[in-house]
Amino acid sequence: MCSLFANSHSGAPILLVAFCALAVAACEREERQFRPKPPEAALTNTIHMSPIQPGMPRLAVQTRNDYESNAHAVAQGQQLFRAYNCNGCHSNGGGGMGPPLMDGKWVYGSDPANIVATILEGRPNGMPSFRGKIPEQQVWELAAYVRSMSGLLAKDVAPGRPDHMAVKNPENETERMPPKQTGTPPSALGTD
Amino acid sequence: MPGKNYAGHRFSGLDQINVDNAKNLQVAWTFSVGVLRGQEAAPIVADNTMFVVTPYPNILYAIDLTKPGGPLKWKFEPQPAAAAQGVACCDTVNRGAVYAGGKVFFNTLDDQAIAVDANTGREVWRAKLGDISQGETMTMAPLVVKDKVLVGNSGGEMGVRGWITALDASTGKIAWRAYSTGPDADVLIGDQFHPFYEQDRGTDLGVKSWPPEAWKIGGGTVWGWVTYDPAANLVYYGTANPGPWNPDQRPGDNKWTSGIFARDLDTGQARWFYQWSPHDLHDYDGVNESVLVDLDYGGKARKLLVHPDRNGYLYLMDRGTGEVLYAKPFAPITTSTGVDLETGRLQYNPAAKPIPGQVVRNGCPASPGAKDWQPSAFSPKTKFLYIPHNNLCQDVEATQTSYIAGTPYVGMDVRMNAGPGGHRGKFSAWDVAKGEEVWGIDEDFPAWSGAAVTAGGVVFYGTMEGWFKAVNAETGKELWKFKTGSGIIGQPTVYRGPDGNEYVAILSGVGGWSGAIVAGGLDPRDGSAALGFVNAMRDLPDKTARGGTLYVFALRQ
Ligand code: HEC
Repeated sequence: MCSLFANSHSGAPILLVAFCALAVAACEREERQFRPKPPEAALTNTIHMSPIQPGMPRLAVQTRNDYESNAHAVAQGQQLFRAYNCNGCHSNGGGGMGPPLMDGKWVYGSDPANIVATILEGRPNGMPSFRGKIPEQQVWELAAYVRSMSGLLAKDVAPGRPDHMAVKNPENETERMPPKQTGTPPSALGTD
Repeated sequence: MPGKNYAGHRFSGLDQINVDNAKNLQVAWTFSVGVLRGQEAAPIVADNTMFVVTPYPNILYAIDLTKPGGPLKWKFEPQPAAAAQGVACCDTVNRGAVYAGGKVFFNTLDDQAIAVDANTGREVWRAKLGDISQGETMTMAPLVVKDKVLVGNSGGEMGVRGWITALDASTGKIAWRAYSTGPDADVLIGDQFHPFYEQDRGTDLGVKSWPPEAWKIGGGTVWGWVTYDPAANLVYYGTANPGPWNPDQRPGDNKWTSGIFARDLDTGQARWFYQWSPHDLHDYDGVNESVLVDLDYGGKARKLLVHPDRNGYLYLMDRGTGEVLYAKPFAPITTSTGVDLETGRLQYNPAAKPIPGQVVRNGCPASPGAKDWQPSAFSPKTKFLYIPHNNLCQDVEATQTSYIAGTPYVGMDVRMNAGPGGHRGKFSAWDVAKGEEVWGIDEDFPAWSGAAVTAGGVVFYGTMEGWFKAVNAETGKELWKFKTGSGIIGQPTVYRGPDGNEYVAILSGVGGWSGAIVAGGLDPRDGSAALGFVNAMRDLPDKTARGGTLYVFALRQ
């Protein structure tokens, strides 16, 4: 939390900076300088989930998640995916209680900021809201790893070996699945 | 009721359809239930009406059987919470409703038991019994006996604490609740409790057979079948797996999971318990049906129960005492070597035990067991038990997992494969008294539908490709089959229509744990998907697609 906002240039959380200053010793211990900064919160204002934009169409600008170019951060994300039991519902990307994450179908958007929102807010058909449970910096690491599952990250960044029993090709050998927005979750009434 | 009688026989005394004319079966009418998830429910017939409950969102339909084509009488939409879908381990199934005294009772995925007026479709009461934010769901079919509705919870993969609850049928108020773990007071173990084997005697074993506090998140859910013996006034039901699957995180016998309870219907007090799989190593839930049979055994007329367990053994037990009379393998088993009839204890094969950080290969049966929930049928005429089952093995790696409420608590990476012979399922008939298989039919996919048998000597079941089959109860010879629109994982219901003719009804619509790859649109490139079942079912999407249609068959006139 602290390190995320300490790194943020959005200017908004001034009060939080004061709060962090109190806990500065702790923050600095947590801080890993060799990691790139998480994206700026302001950028999330550019994402949208519908291609229909009444009036002036705005350009879709993908949120930059610098962790996506950092192998260490993606590997962290891979570990967190187990630590927070994401794998219990999404398996190793093929899905189970939750939908697959290694395919090109995205109900709630494939933009890193969409994925961050999915994790923080939860989604109505059973994706839990992890807000308050997972520090935001880790959420961005998770988002980077989630995108590596469908081959969206560079091969030299995506994980090259599974931590556990082989059940699929590692992420860096996973075919790139171009993201497609599908409106309907594969839930009770949906067809796909 | 789905089990046809309290004993769970799934036997119909009708004989209009028989081994000679079954070839003349044809579709009488169909009905789309409008939901495309795994259809595990049994259609229920009472008052000239058929009642069908769908997977989430658990719509209850009443269909008028007195008019041609089965028009809709009413439908009831309970509108369960959408988030329940995310915590239902193995598809969003429901195993059916039950009719009693002018009311229809069923459970919703978000932990409500509901009573609906059978005539009007109006709600009579609803009882909120669990919490989805703790991972609890409800999928089982209730059993109604006298003034009690018996229901239990699901969620053994989510660190849920299992229970069975008796509700007052007229008000929905809780009469008693018995937990499957914890202190004796919670488990309703008192001075009437007389387990047959030494290993089940002692105080508070539901606490002592666990690491500190682990029983609170230890599983033992009750999502299978409940049967009832009126003479003894006892109910019988199984408890599911302990959590997490990783056995190293819960040293001890983990009572009272993966076993069977006999309880007094009125008070819920336990009479006896037996543990099929002590310290369950392989997710061998004990929830499969315990079919009550009265048979000559060892030269005496005896009151018995027969139970095909996930761990691969067919158990014959004295249902008064809980003594195991035999435990015979009905599928290939490598995870254990037998059951010691002196101590009652399952003899695990140490080489098949999951070890953290190590891949342990080719354990049979796989976690869905030699047989999962799919209920077998018993014919008092042939005295055979007709068992739909699986032929699956698996590789596993145990992993350390931490409990986070509302998320899975499993700690096991799994990839399943077909068992010896390459077929993934089998439908077999067992002579219960002899303890021998009489005949068997290999099926390509797991035989994940229930069975029903009739006085006409016909057994019905369905396959995951979508075939609905009638076979000769004596010989297993195929008499007839019909290809429905989707894979079948439902329960056949045989009934006499208002016109006096015999009908057989089945829901078609693939899903469940085995069919999750289709129902949930899972990715076949990840063998660990759906807790490793996808590895064994990669070709299912090439053979069938989602569905949700009720089929009713009758003889060509
Ligand atoms: C309890 C089960 C469960 C857990 C735990 C879980 N998810 Fe989900 N997840 C779901 C379900 C169910 C959905 C679909 C929700 C919907 O359609 O409304 C989903 C949806 C998603 C999506 C959106 C996919 C899309 O098509 O837009 C992402 C991304 C995701 N989860 C990532 C994660 C991550 C990362 C974690 C761990 C921090 C996690 N999930 C933990 C069940 C779970």
